[in-house]
Formats: sequence, structure tokens, C-alpha cells
Amino acid sequence: MRDETEFVCGGTTHIARPEPGASDAEWGEYLFFRDNPKGMHRERWRHAFGCGQWFNVARHTVTHEVRAVYRLDEPPPPDRPPPPDEAPR
Amino acid sequence: MSGRRLPAPAGRWLERDRPVAFRFNGRQLTGLRGDTLASALLANGIALVGRSFKLHRPRGVFSCGIEESCAVVDVGEGGRHTANVRATLLPIEENLSARSVNCWPSVGFDVGAVTGWFAPLLPAGFYYKTFKWPSWRWFEPAIRRMAGLGSAPTVPDADRYEEIAASTEVLVVGGGIAGLAAAVGAARSGAATLLVASGARLGGTLGWRGDAEVAALEATARSLGVRVLTRTLAFGVYDHNLVCACETVSGEGAADGARPVLRERLWRIRARAVIAAAGAIERPLVFPDNDRPGVMLLGAAVKYAQAYGVACGARAVIVTDSDAAYPAAAALRAAGIEVLALIDRRSSPEPAAGAPLLRVLADADIVSVAGARAVRGCAVAPVAAAFRRRERLECDLILSCAGYAPAVQLHSQAGGRLRWLEDEAMFVPDGAAPGLASVGACAGVFGRAAAAAHAGEVGEALARGRPPPAAPVGGAGRSGPGASVRARGKRFVDLQNDVTADDVRLAARENYRSVEHLKRYTTTGMGTDQGRTSNVNALILMGECTGREPAEVGTTRFRPPFAPVTLGAIAGRRVGALYRPLKRLPADAWHEAHGALFESFGDWWRPAAYPRAGESLDAAAQREALGVRRGAGLLDGSPLGKLEVFGPDAGPFLDLMYVGTMSTLAVGQARYGLLLNENGVVVDDGVVARLGEQHWWVNTTSSGAERTAAAFEEWRQCEYPRLRVLITPVTSRWANVTVAGPRAWEWLARAGFDDRLAPAAMKHMTLRESALAGGVPLRVLRASFSGELGYEINLPADHAATLFARLWDRADEMQGVLYGIEALQVMRTEKGYLHVGADTDGTTLPGDVGFGRGIERKAANFVGRRSLLRPAAQDPDRLQLVGLVPVDGRTLLAVGAQIASRRAPAPIEGRVTSSVMSPELGCPVALALLAGGARRIGEEVRVHHLGAMTTARVVRPPFVDPEGKRVHG
Repeated sequence: MRDETEFVCGGTTHIARPEPGASDAEWGEYLFFRDNPKGMHRERWRHAFGCGQWFNVARHTVTHEVRAVYRLDEPPPPDRPPPPDEAPR
Repeated sequence: MSGRRLPAPAGRWLERDRPVAFRFNGRQLTGLRGDTLASALLANGIALVGRSFKLHRPRGVFSCGIEESCAVVDVGEGGRHTANVRATLLPIEENLSARSVNCWPSVGFDVGAVTGWFAPLLPAGFYYKTFKWPSWRWFEPAIRRMAGLGSAPTVPDADRYEEIAASTEVLVVGGGIAGLAAAVGAARSGAATLLVASGARLGGTLGWRGDAEVAALEATARSLGVRVLTRTLAFGVYDHNLVCACETVSGEGAADGARPVLRERLWRIRARAVIAAAGAIERPLVFPDNDRPGVMLLGAAVKYAQAYGVACGARAVIVTDSDAAYPAAAALRAAGIEVLALIDRRSSPEPAAGAPLLRVLADADIVSVAGARAVRGCAVAPVAAAFRRRERLECDLILSCAGYAPAVQLHSQAGGRLRWLEDEAMFVPDGAAPGLASVGACAGVFGRAAAAAHAGEVGEALARGRPPPAAPVGGAGRSGPGASVRARGKRFVDLQNDVTADDVRLAARENYRSVEHLKRYTTTGMGTDQGRTSNVNALILMGECTGREPAEVGTTRFRPPFAPVTLGAIAGRRVGALYRPLKRLPADAWHEAHGALFESFGDWWRPAAYPRAGESLDAAAQREALGVRRGAGLLDGSPLGKLEVFGPDAGPFLDLMYVGTMSTLAVGQARYGLLLNENGVVVDDGVVARLGEQHWWVNTTSSGAERTAAAFEEWRQCEYPRLRVLITPVTSRWANVTVAGPRAWEWLARAGFDDRLAPAAMKHMTLRESALAGGVPLRVLRASFSGELGYEINLPADHAATLFARLWDRADEMQGVLYGIEALQVMRTEKGYLHVGADTDGTTLPGDVGFGRGIERKAANFVGRRSLLRPAAQDPDRLQLVGLVPVDGRTLLAVGAQIASRRAPAPIEGRVTSSVMSPELGCPVALALLAGGARRIGEEVRVHHLGAMTTARVVRPPFVDPEGKRVHG
């Protein structure tokens, strides 16, 4: 197990990058707008003080529970509701 | 109040045959080994310890532990000065020297006490009101002088601190009976168990009573291999069960010599499960003048008697609305302290709770306290008729008890919720928190048998990965609310912040009714004690004022730290030279020997210049720059970022990274490139050269080396995983010895360099691989940041000093110079070369710095390209890089000076980004970002700096060699 301080969060993952021909509005949406969910959030992390690998993490933004860690080319895991004793309060 | 030492067997923690001399306010005093400063002062009959935060009221020892709000002292001198140490936690040692806080000239006669006369003018929120009217500025200096506690140290800490990481399966916080039972339960179930306790001894409240069961439990825990850390306070629970704890390694009096000692150790503990067994804090009652020295917590007086053998007074009066006071009264009497009366606010105290031979005044309350610097007596009246005084009691000690407040802080930090128990008047955990279970008094389980049994079950359950069993809450006895708005007088709720019941009432009247607002408006619950004895009383009062139950008012969310932590412990070893270790050049010693004046540039420690005796840094930079322009110079460019990029798709990958097409370069050719982020903003620049068909050499800026490598990796891994590319940062592997100036090649030729590197054989912006004798590989890039003929000789870092020495051997015949960063900055500014980060900011696009045309030519996509096509990117009024020369030809413009040509109020049009005296031209030149700068060439603008205005002309850089002939040699 590695310490959390070795890792750096790189923000939301699974963002489809628009084609170069995208409209200004689409491009602006891509550049500047992100969801800020209370609940499960999929983001990409880098093992910055280690191997340098980027990978995806599904993290709960309230409890910080890490629900899944998966490769960049893998699809996101399906959401499942948190067990009742861990429900955010 | 007349404290004294009790005869043995009282004082279980004392070593009576070991006296300890210490100093308090300059006075030499004697205590016993085992004493805290508070117990030693009490034993010496000292009641007055300090002055209060706002009103400078005399204060004494109020408690016997972490909750202390009044007996706060400054300890030590100079590099060993520690501010605001709680006297109740401070063991006395030889050499210990402590001082009262917030008083002048002395704690007995304090000029600041006049503040008390103005107290009616200083209600809660007083200074917020001065923000509005009449003016905060009138009051600020006086308030800053008068308010506060200890003084900050003025010199660096003389001692050392360190940090350690640990992991365990089960972590138990607290060493009382519940903590020990939990640790035994966990260890018996096979879990690696760590127990941390803030005190020096285990056992908790039973420990100082000499309880045999708790001693046996401790022995069992140790025999089961439980790892125990004492004097270690767990102050924070963070994500994923990271618990931070601070261990006191050596005490305040430990060091007297110059040698640093290890003072504290910060533990970062990862635990699969955490068990909080932090106990409970006694809650005081609120009555008039309840802050006088001699008014204390009841339980504290019992602990002083039993653990420290100290009678806090001779004649005590107990005031309570809790059953818990009765056994405590009996314990006090057993210790030899006379109890004049027990005043119970409740009309019908539990009959069984009454102790024989104890005078109980039911349905009564204290309505006044006599004595300012020490209690001399109190007046008692019926609760319902405070004006009808019943009796005066000639006591020197008033002990109050309104039941307990479980220490739920760690539970709350871990995300647990609380619930209010009406009968006991306390908040307890509402079930377990994620990853953390509470046991014992901090869970609301007060009976010792019940607490031990439950804690053992919790330890076992968590060790086995099962959910913890529910806590059998109870055993604390019934308590009334403890606070009331009915009585009159200055009744303190928060003793540390001088918050009174009237302040709470005022907050309610002014509609600061939320518990969060109440805290900020009155400052109750702030300070070093974090409201341990005041929070619950404050919100009970607020509930009374607003017709709500305490549960409705609720508590503020507890956040780490649980108790004050020194900055030293948090900083650990990361101080001084280790705060941010500098990177040193491979030829560092060689530069040092050749007169370099070093400065830090980003992470690097590099020569700023090589001044001669008596020469200033500026003069040296001018001489060195001129030396390069007239002849030749040597620069250590080793910090320049270096990446090697390999693979069949390396060319297309670099095309995506840089503005400027790299894939079309022939082997041996090099090209300048700008690196953008996705917003199109310039984030780095550099030179890309092709070493082979599938092998590229990338130079980044010195400060951008790591950032650029990280950006390349992120794009490769996250966006272009199909490109077959390998990126290897090699910055520290290769040194860079730069030779620049019209005679640069001549210098190299005389030093025996290969003719294939001659300007005729090797053009500007090309790269050749070569080797030194002995097979040391060289990668020689013809590039220039000075504007002169330049060779950047990259070679394995170990050989940098050898090459410098070899070239410097020819310096005299070449009249060559060594030049540093300052001279380089002079020359690149003369040439108008971009310094990313200085001449650009977080909005600068390539077109703003003169690289707009390349983009139109480059059809292929690259990072940031789409953003450059947004309308905002094409605005002709954007900040654009231009040259500036002062019209008077003399005034050096200041970097950061603002450009505003029209009369105020007018928008700022830009700012100076680089500015140097040009030795070549003999006048100052500058670069600036100017709104619409590209079409304003020839205009005059006004440049403002610190009240001075300079008129400057907008010009098109470069200032020197505008045709760019010199770089070709």
C-alpha cells in the first residue's frame, strides 16, 4: 500500500475532447465547465512521487471513499449506492 | 484560596523525596517530581497565574488537564520560548522558567486591567461593529496591544522536531480503562494494536486512584504486545483513517545548553480501525464572577488531591446541578479538604446521591463571589429569588460541576454525528463514525464495568473486521442544564475568551442564533482550549434565549487539531536548508572557486555573476555581458530542462505538443517551439532537435523542466495512448556548458574541439554529436539566448567541471569571461527574447508574443490550437509584448511598473515585464505587455511606479542586432 501523499489528482476524467472543428460554445464547455457532484466522482490521478502512471479513480466526494481504481482505457464502473452505514450525512 | 500540600498517601504521582526547583515570574519555587506547573503553583499557595484575554481579569488554575482555559503561561527564553502552554499539562523540571501572560508590569498589578472599566463598551462583536462605525482604525492598535495571551517567539527555534510514519491494524486513542480494555480486546483477537495516550501514565481517572484492575489491564495489554506511546496526543483524524499525533519527547525544561534536543515527534498513523477512548471533560456551572482564582472544576480539585497531593483550598463550597458532584464531594473530604456546603441548583436532588454528613443546600445558587485575586467567600440564594440572599459562606475554594461533556472531537472529525441526552445534558456519538468507534466516557458510557466490557467487545469486533457493538450509554448520573440566563452579573461562559452569558444573550438579540454564528460573533469556543468547558454551556444558553432545545441549537463541527500543536512539530525537519533543498550544479565547486556569487533561481543554486573585488552585482553583469558581446563567455546552462523522446511516433507527438512543426526536421536540425496548455496559453518554450530517425532531444526552460515532462506524460498516457513514444527526462544526467560570443568558435577550436563544429560546417539551430578525448559523448547545439554565436555543449554531468577547466585554461588568450544569469538576462532582454513566466502570464497567447503567424501556417493540430481561434484570442487590444525605451534615455523602468497614459481614472494598459541597462547601447531598455501593443509602435506611454512617472516610447524589439546577424557567427 502506498501513501496518499505520493499521488496527485488531475481532475475529472472521461472528458471527451471535442474535435478541432467544434463550435466556440462546445469548446468553452470543454475548457471551463466541470461537474461538482456530491457523491461519486471519477477523476484521474498520477503516481507523481513514484512510477508516474496515470490512472482513473472513482471517489466519493463526501466520504473520500475510493470505490474503484481502473486503467485509463477501461470504462467507468457502474455506480452502486453506498451501504447504509456509510451514507453521507 | 490557600493551596497546600497534603500528606501522603495523597499524591500518587508524586516522588516526595525528589524536590524540583523552578521559576515562575522570576520567583524561585520548589515543587516535587511528578508535579505539573499548575499543581506546583497550587501547592505553593499561588492562586493568581495570569490575566484574561480581553478584560485582563485575574485568573488562576481552573482545571487539571487539557481543558485548561485560564492557567496559560509562556515558557523559556529566546530559541526555547514557547507561548501559551497550559500549566496543567506542563511537568515541572529543573530549569523550567514560566511567565504569566497578557499582563504588564506584573500579574499582580496589571495596567491593562483598566480594560475592565470599559467592559460595558466591549460587548460581543465589538470590533465587528467598529468596522461599520466609527472606524476600526481607531481601535485596532489598542486592541492588538491589549488583547491576546502569550507572546510570539522572536528568534528561530533552537530545538529539533521530527516526523514518523506508522501503520497498525487497530489504533486506540486514550489510555484509561476503556482504552486499555479495547486494546486488550483487539490484541487478543490477533490484531496489531497501537495505543496512544496523551499523559505520561496510563490508567486515566482510575490510574491516579491506584485502582488495581486498571493496573492489571495495563500489564495484560503490554504482555499481549500492544505497542504503547505515552505523552502522545492524537489531535486529528483525516481521510482514510490517517491519525496524526504529537509525541512530547523532551519537556520544556529539558534543554539548558546550546545543543538542540529533540522536542516533539509528529506521528502519522494509518490504521485499519480507530478506537477513540478519549474520556470526558467536566462541565462547569455559570454564575456571577465564576472566573475568580479559586473557582475551579470539582473533578480537578479531586484529581489535584489524589494524584498530586495538593489541596486547592482549605474550605470548599461545591455548586452543582449534577449527581456526579456527590461522590466527588465525598472524595474531597476523604482527602482532608473541608466541604462547607454542597449547593444543588435542583429542587429535588436524587436522595440516594446525597452523602452522609454533607450539608446540601437544594434549590439554591451562588449569586456573588467575594475576592478579586482569590476567592474569599460566596453568597447563596434560592434559585427562584436571586435577590433574596440566603447566606454567605466563608470559603476559599468554589468547585462547580454540571456533569460531563464526552470528548467527541475525534468522532466528529471522522464524520460521526452526535445526539443530545436530555437527562445527562450531554452530546454523545450517534453510533460509530466511518472507520472510528468510540468507547468509554467519550461514547457516553460512564460505568467502569460497562465501559470496560463494551470497549473489549469493540476491540475484538474491529480486530476481526466486524461492525462494533452499540455503546451502552449511561452511568453519568442526571445533570441539569448548568447554565441559565436568569441571574445577574458578569457570568463567564468561555473563560479563555472572556465571553459572558450577556454576550450570548446579545448575540441572540442581534440574531446570530446559529451555533456557527454564535461562535464567530462572540468568539466562544475559540482559543487554545477550543471551548472544552464552554461549548455546551454556550449553546444551552443560546437555546434558552431562543426557546430551543440544546439538540436543536446543535454544535459546531469539530475540526482538527483537537488541541494546539506547535508549528515546530508540523514543520519537522523541513526548516532552514532542508525547507526546500536546492539543486546544485554539477560544476558547483568549480564556480565557487572562480568567484561566483550564487543565488537561488527557482530550485537551482546558480551563479548570478562573478563579481571582482569591490564590484557590485549590477556592475559585474554589465561587464560580463559586454565581455560576451565583444569576445566570448562561458555560462553554466546545466539547469536547462532536457528530455529525450524516442519512438516511431515521436515526431508527430512533438508536433502535437509544440507550436512549430518538429516532424519535418532533418536529423541534426533544431527548431524553436512554444508549449501551450489547452487554453492556448504559453507555458514553456524551448528548442527541439532531431538526434536520429526516432530519437529527439528537447530543451525546455530551466524552471519548466519537470512541468513539461509531466505535461508530455499526461498527454501521452491520457490522450494519445496509441502513439508509440517514450519520454525520458535527463536534465540532471547532462550538463550544459554554453560558450557564446563572436569568438566562441575560436575559443573552442583552441581548446581542441572538432572542426565539424565550426560555424561554416554547422549552421545556427543544428545539433552535432561529438566526443571529447576519452570517449566522453557531446551533444553540441548551436543555439543562442544571448544573440551571439553560441554553442551549448551538453555532456555527461560528471565531466562538466573538467570541460569548464579545460576551456578556462584558454580564457586569458581569448580575453574570455565567465558570465552568470544576470548578464544572460541583460543580453536576452536586449535581444527581446522571451522569458516565459516573466514576459508572459496566465493569459498570454502565442500571437501576443509575436508567434501568431506560425499558427496559420501549421495545419496540423496541436495542444491549445482550438483555443487560439476563439474570438477573445483574436482581440486586437490584447496585451502584447513590445519594447520600451525611456524618452529621457536614462531612467531604468521598474519591472512591474504599470502603464497608464490617460488621466485617472483610466484603465491600466499594461506593465513592464523585463528591464535592464543595456551595456551595448548605454541606455535602459525594457520589455512590456501593452494593450494593443503591436499597433502602437512609436507611441509614447506613461509608466508609473511608486508615485514616479516616466515617459517611454513603444518600440519593436530587439534593441541590439535587429537583423539577427550575430547568431550566425
